[in-house]
Amino acid sequence: MKRARVAYLGAVHDAVEEEGRLRLADGRLVSESAVVWLPPLPETPRPRTIFAVEINYTDYAKELAFKAPDEPLVFVKGPSTLIGHRAETRRPADATYMHYACELAVVIGKTTRRVTRTDAYEYVLGYTVANDYMVRDYLENYYSPNLRAASRDACTPLGPWLVDAGDVRDPMNLRLRTLINGAITQQGSTRDMVFDIRFLIAYLSAFMTLFCGDVILTGTPDGLVGVHDGDEVVTEIDGIGSLRNTIVGESSITYASGSRSG
Amino acid sequence: MPVVMARTRFMAQAERFEVDPLSGLIRCGGKTLGMDELQWDTPTHGTVYGVLMNYRGAVEALNTIGGESSAPPRAPLLFVKPANTWIAYGDAIPVPEDVDCVEAGAALGIVMGKTACRVAAVDALNFVAGYTIVNDVCEPHRRYDRPATRQRCRDGFCAIGPWIMPKQSVPSPDSLTLRVLVNGKPSAENTTANMVRSVATLIADVTEFMTLSDGDVLHTGVPEDAPRISAGDRVRIEIDGIGALENRVVAERELMTGGSR
Repeated sequence: MKRARVAYLGAVHDAVEEEGRLRLADGRLVSESAVVWLPPLPETPRPRTIFAVEINYTDYAKELAFKAPDEPLVFVKGPSTLIGHRAETRRPADATYMHYACELAVVIGKTTRRVTRTDAYEYVLGYTVANDYMVRDYLENYYSPNLRAASRDACTPLGPWLVDAGDVRDPMNLRLRTLINGAITQQGSTRDMVFDIRFLIAYLSAFMTLFCGDVILTGTPDGLVGVHDGDEVVTEIDGIGSLRNTIVGESSITYASGSRSG
Repeated sequence: MPVVMARTRFMAQAERFEVDPLSGLIRCGGKTLGMDELQWDTPTHGTVYGVLMNYRGAVEALNTIGGESSAPPRAPLLFVKPANTWIAYGDAIPVPEDVDCVEAGAALGIVMGKTACRVAAVDALNFVAGYTIVNDVCEPHRRYDRPATRQRCRDGFCAIGPWIMPKQSVPSPDSLTLRVLVNGKPSAENTTANMVRSVATLIADVTEFMTLSDGDVLHTGVPEDAPRISAGDRVRIEIDGIGALENRVVAERELMTGGSR
C-alpha cells in the first residue's frame, strides 16, 4: 500500500494510492494535483527525530576524495525543515551553491532499542523519498554539517507516498535519480550505501531509543548539482515514488512590511 | 515568591506553582512542599535545540585543540537534543557502559512562547515565554569535525527543568550566573555575560533560517570546562533567579528503561 497525508477542501486526510489517484478514507477519489501534499508520516506524541546520514554512498565518498567513514556520519534535523510533495523551497539570495540530494527515507514503525542487524527490518514502517537540500556556502569548520546549511525551513521535501515496508522486496537494491527541469543529473542505486539500512538502525538503536515516526535519511550518491531559482527538481526512487519540488528565489517572495528582509 | 509554570507526571497540562527558586520550596494548594515531594516532568515538550561554541571560553578551548584561528562560527552552530534524551528533575542520568564519565553541560534554556520566524533582535524577547535550566550531557570527545550525535544524543542525556520562570521575573538573561555542584561541591561557575551571542541575537540569528515554535527550547550553549560526573554522583545546576536542576547519575545497566517518550 502507498499511503499519503493530504489537505483537501479544508481538512487533512489520510489517503492511499488507487489507479494513479488518491483515495480518501471516505472513498472519494481525487487527482494528485487537487490536493496539498504533506509529509507522509504518522503523528507522534513528541517531536520526531529526523536523522540524516552524510557521505553514505561509496561513489560519493570517492567524489569528495574522502575515505569512506568508519562510523556513520549522522546528524539530527529540526522538524521545520520537512515539507510535502509539489511544494516550494526557498533559495537564499546569497547562496552560490545549494544542491539537492535524492535519498531513501526509512520511517520507523515501533519503539526500537538495541536491535540487531538481523532483526532491524522488523522495526521499519515503510519508505519514502527525500530531497535533502543543502546550502554549502553556510557550512562551518566544526561539527559539520550545521543546521543553517542542512536543516533550513522547508528544505527537506518528503513524499509523496509512504510505501509499506512489506511491499518493498529489497530496499537495498533500488534505482534512484534526480532530474532538474526534466534532465537527469544524478543516478545511483541504494546497493552502493556504505552503511546499509539494517546497519544504521542497529547502530542508532544501540545508543538511542527510536520511536514510531522517526525518520532516517540514508544519504545520497554522487552527481550533486546546484539548483537555481525556478528550477523544477524531481527526486525519484523506483517503486517508492517521484517527489517534485520547485526552487523559488527570495526576489519572488512578498514579505509583509516590517518583517525582516533576510 | 515568583510564580512558575511546571509539569508533573500524570498531569496533562503545565500548572502554576509559587516557588522559592533556590531553596526549592513550592507552595501549591495551601501547602508547602519540597522538590522531592513532586514527580516532575520536563516543563515543555517542544523541540530542544542547543548551540555549540557560544561562550568565548568554549571557542578558545576548542581552538586550542583544533589549532584553528580563534574565530567563533559565522552563524549559530545548532544541534538537536531529540526526545529520547529528555529527562526531568530528579531523574537518573545514565552513564553508558563504554565510558567512565560524562560531562555535565550547564545551559540556560530559552522557552519560546510564540512561533518565531525571521525575527529581529529588537523584537526577539516578545517571542519568549521564559527560561529554564538544561543539563546538556555529553560524552567527552576529541573530534570536532563531524557531528557528535553518538556523544550527545544518548538516552537520558538532556535534563530539563524544573520549571519555566516567566521572562518578567528574569530581567537580565544576559548576565546570569550558572553554577554546577557535584555532590554539593562547587565544580564550575560562569555567566551568560560571556556568551558570544546574547539571548536576543541568538533568536534573531536562528530564526533567520529556522522557525522556532511555541514550546520549543533553545539552550544558549555550554561554557568551557564542563565538569565530569560519574555513576553515584549527584549533579546540581543553579542559575540565579531561575532555580536549580538536580539529577543523580547512575550506571546505564542499572536503569530498567531507556527513552522517556
